[in-house]
Amino acid sequence: MNTQALFLSFRLAFCVSAVLLLIGMPLAYWLAFSKWRGKFLLESVVALPLVLPPTVLGFYALVAMGPHGPLGKIWMMLFGSGLAFTFQALLLASVIYSLPFAVQPLIAAFEGVDPKLLDASAVLGAGRLRTFARVILPLSVPGVITAVVLSFAHTMGEFGVVLMVGGNLPGATRTVSIAIYDQVQSLEYAEANRMALVLLAISFSVLSVVYAVNRRVWTPWLAK
Amino acid sequence: MDAVAGEIRAHSLTARVRKELRRAGSPHFVLDVSVEIPSGVTILFGPSGAGKSTLLDCIAGLLRPDAGRIEIGGEVLLDSTTGLNLSAQQRHIAYVFQTLALFPHLNVEANVSYGLANLPAAERRARVMEILAAFDVEKLRARKPGEISGGEKQRVALARSLVTSPRILLLDEPLTGLDAELKASILDDLRVWNATKQIPIVYVTHSREEVDALGERVIAMDRGQVLNEGTPREVLESPRHHRLAQAAGFENLMRGTVLDLREPDGVMCVRLGESACEIEVPLGHALPGSNVRVAIGAGDILLATERPNALSARNILEGKIVSMERRGSIMAARVDCGVKFAVHVTPGAVRALELQAGQRVWLVLKTHSCHLVED
Repeated sequence: MNTQALFLSFRLAFCVSAVLLLIGMPLAYWLAFSKWRGKFLLESVVALPLVLPPTVLGFYALVAMGPHGPLGKIWMMLFGSGLAFTFQALLLASVIYSLPFAVQPLIAAFEGVDPKLLDASAVLGAGRLRTFARVILPLSVPGVITAVVLSFAHTMGEFGVVLMVGGNLPGATRTVSIAIYDQVQSLEYAEANRMALVLLAISFSVLSVVYAVNRRVWTPWLAK
Repeated sequence: MDAVAGEIRAHSLTARVRKELRRAGSPHFVLDVSVEIPSGVTILFGPSGAGKSTLLDCIAGLLRPDAGRIEIGGEVLLDSTTGLNLSAQQRHIAYVFQTLALFPHLNVEANVSYGLANLPAAERRARVMEILAAFDVEKLRARKPGEISGGEKQRVALARSLVTSPRILLLDEPLTGLDAELKASILDDLRVWNATKQIPIVYVTHSREEVDALGERVIAMDRGQVLNEGTPREVLESPRHHRLAQAAGFENLMRGTVLDLREPDGVMCVRLGESACEIEVPLGHALPGSNVRVAIGAGDILLATERPNALSARNILEGKIVSMERRGSIMAARVDCGVKFAVHVTPGAVRALELQAGQRVWLVLKTHSCHLVED
């Protein structure tokens, strides 16, 4: 089995989830609580990857990260090497591609917290940060788990964006889905089948976690 | 703050607030009030939609008034002319919501100590234990809000607000849904607690029972305005406004036309609705021919099965019982005298007089049980 590809996919999915958790929280907080009337625009941008073909997203990402693109130029200035067809390029594109899968569950979770609890926290002297840490976040645990797990799973399974931005470099950009595609192309069905099964099993377990959490199987403190 | 150690100072609250609210689908609402609230319990009374909760939200700093000034014991919390507006967390005001808003993921002890984040752990614990004991909930400290009863939740919510030594306490219908006995015992604990602290307590309710149990001072509000203030007796027993009369539980509210004024007797004669019913009511600001509303409590009407004579009551109306219905410990009868009256009698009286639907009866109304109200 191509463990190198599998490991790369895991590494990518892990990094994407971590980055998304970091930028997804403040973004989701703002989208959930801002009273700015134009915030639907940003919401639409965040949701774009849900409807755009991965090739379109990948195409723009590739152009931006190529040696003549803005991101590619900045990268060249900072690190002295090209950005396209590297793991970093893959990470960046994947973060954008999985953004809605992280942000939307977080928004739903934050918005689901009873606003009276936030008022109570403020009246009791807590600032926004403390209210977030002590009230919003603990009550949004299922949403946070959903966000992490979905961005992980979605990154594990992506294909089009990886192909456009990453190419097919073993160890750097050849993820499981690309490897499976290669094997099918070269008629190695047995090997493709094994890897496909692994991916299937992972996706199923991951989704089970999401649904179990949302059915409150493991979070008894939220039960009424 | 200027509280000297060991000395307890009463700080009164003055608030002048104007706030326009636009709500989808309803005409926009303007809260425009000026209130002064001394230490002790002041009840904010009025029908729902009167603006009571909006006023509390403005005082607590959860809503920003369009204009106004809010001050507690000389310290200004909000002044729209200078742009000063302390945030909710800077105001040191305790606020218990109708929904209580206990944090569901924290146990009772963590809920109560939430507002004491700045204290050292030992002192925090001591204060939490003291207040849990004062409200008789120390045994529940490891339980989550989902695992305790409604009355216990209300006690915990009070303890959580009061443990911070607030300057004032705002209570937004905190005891709805409790039976009378439990309500009374919680109110007793609150009164005992405030006997030493002497802070202003604003208590929002639309329940007559709670007004009677707490009653020191009442401010009656409707449609964003203060209608009346004074003792519960002054405000509620002779409501001067139609919606307030409804809220205060006057079951009979009828339109009438003034027939004539008898100024020497301090009364006037009013014909109810389009009927032939004429009753005598206390003299009010009205001219013959003008339209008025009369409020009469269903419990203030006597019911007789024969025409009474030699009575001091001036209003005796003949009618027929339309229906009888048991409501808790009272029997509610509807009596048609040309206009329909709601009359409350005891089940014992129903048995003794063998009252039933269709029966001919006489209603007896004292002149001063008939209150003139404005629209």
